[in-house]
Amino acid sequence: MKLTLKIWRQKSSIDKGSLETYPISDVSEHMSFLEMLDVLNEELIEKGIDPVAFDHDCREGICGMCSLYINGEAHGPDRRVTTCQLHMRKFKDGDTIFIEPFRANAFPVIKDLVVDRSSFDRIQQAGGYISVNTSGNTQDANSIPIPKEDADTAFDAATCIGCGACVASCKNSSAMLFVSAKVSQFSLLPQGKVEAKDRVLNMVNKMDEEGFGNCTNTGACEVECPKGISLDNISRMNREFLSANLNK
Amino acid sequence: MSSSTFYTSIGYKILMALSGLFLMVFLLQHLVINSMSVISPDLFNEASHFMGTNPVVQFLLQPILIFGVVFHFIMGFFLDIRNRKARSNSYEFNKPAANSSWISRNMVISGITVLAFLAIHFIDFWIPEINFKYIQFLPEDPTRYYHELHEKFALLPRVIAYVIAFVFLSLHLLHGFQSSFQSVGASTNKTRLTFSKIGNVFAIVVPFGFIVIAIFHYLTQH
Repeated sequence: MKLTLKIWRQKSSIDKGSLETYPISDVSEHMSFLEMLDVLNEELIEKGIDPVAFDHDCREGICGMCSLYINGEAHGPDRRVTTCQLHMRKFKDGDTIFIEPFRANAFPVIKDLVVDRSSFDRIQQAGGYISVNTSGNTQDANSIPIPKEDADTAFDAATCIGCGACVASCKNSSAMLFVSAKVSQFSLLPQGKVEAKDRVLNMVNKMDEEGFGNCTNTGACEVECPKGISLDNISRMNREFLSANLNK
Repeated sequence: MSSSTFYTSIGYKILMALSGLFLMVFLLQHLVINSMSVISPDLFNEASHFMGTNPVVQFLLQPILIFGVVFHFIMGFFLDIRNRKARSNSYEFNKPAANSSWISRNMVISGITVLAFLAIHFIDFWIPEINFKYIQFLPEDPTRYYHELHEKFALLPRVIAYVIAFVFLSLHLLHGFQSSFQSVGASTNKTRLTFSKIGNVFAIVVPFGFIVIAIFHYLTQH
């Protein structure tokens, strides 16, 4: 395949970036999107041009590092996949592909397509955990009966990889799908109920401090989420937030 | 619960949803009374006279309603500005239609249209009513309401303006109804579809009802 790539180039967080055009040929339809960028970067290096910076780690769809906005959608046109799992067979010979970083003030661009998503880490640190004493006689988690439905729902929420596609897709740059998934994965389980009230209050406050927008229930986050995190989590978080405030 | 509860993103959502739900109840009540004008002028006069003279309605519910309307609009604009600030640099190439409906993304546009209509509506009905009762202090006439309503729809441009406004209200409600239940946390994976279906029915039936009433009064005098 021959393609025309329009890639966002930005030297640093303080520079003003722009779209640069790069033609690329001999792209195999079996390549992943990131492999295609690897090929492009090899060509750029050979020409003495600064290669395109982009985030990646596991390339197996589970680490949440790849974060590209491809042809107007987070992680590209495919559904329920991260950028690394997007294959070039989704595109046609002669296509022009726009590649931009995830855009939100809470995700500042570091370079080219790499954004700083440490705001998610800070939200997690505000309450996305359970406190377990290591006294030596901690109860085995498997000995606590948990309804199957609760276990399944908590597991589904826990599959969120924190990639930020929800923020990137939301017209308001809202992080509510991410935060609600992290709230839900704990609050549905007995170990997480103990700190549920403080967790939801602290995580929501931190989310607001980081400058994410407000959820207006467009549902774009759910559609673009590579892990299919449900909007039900947002409703659950709203419920828990209200309940935590009423019982403060 | 402290006041700081509502100075959070979820607090704003909840307040927006509650004011929206309150206005939807008002819309339903307004439609029921207006529908009486199609069924029987006397019935409409009786209901309007009650609403226009009952002290609880006039001095308690009416101020609450006005506060609800003003609050919903101000909060809507406030949230829209706040949300726009969360992304200073927009995408060079974006495809929002791939993941969300136009209605859900443009509540502020449908809201502004409804606000413009409300201005016309206030000039048409509310201001003359306040002038009649509380400025001129004219003697009460329990039979005046039907004619006032009927004559207002003699002009085609006004009917067209009403129809356009109610189409936008319908669009606003198509997203707003189910969104309200999601915001207050009442929506679950088992109830979301139900709220969505009820919302669709409400968003079509209520505005369509107002449109039918406007057209009815236009056609019955031409």
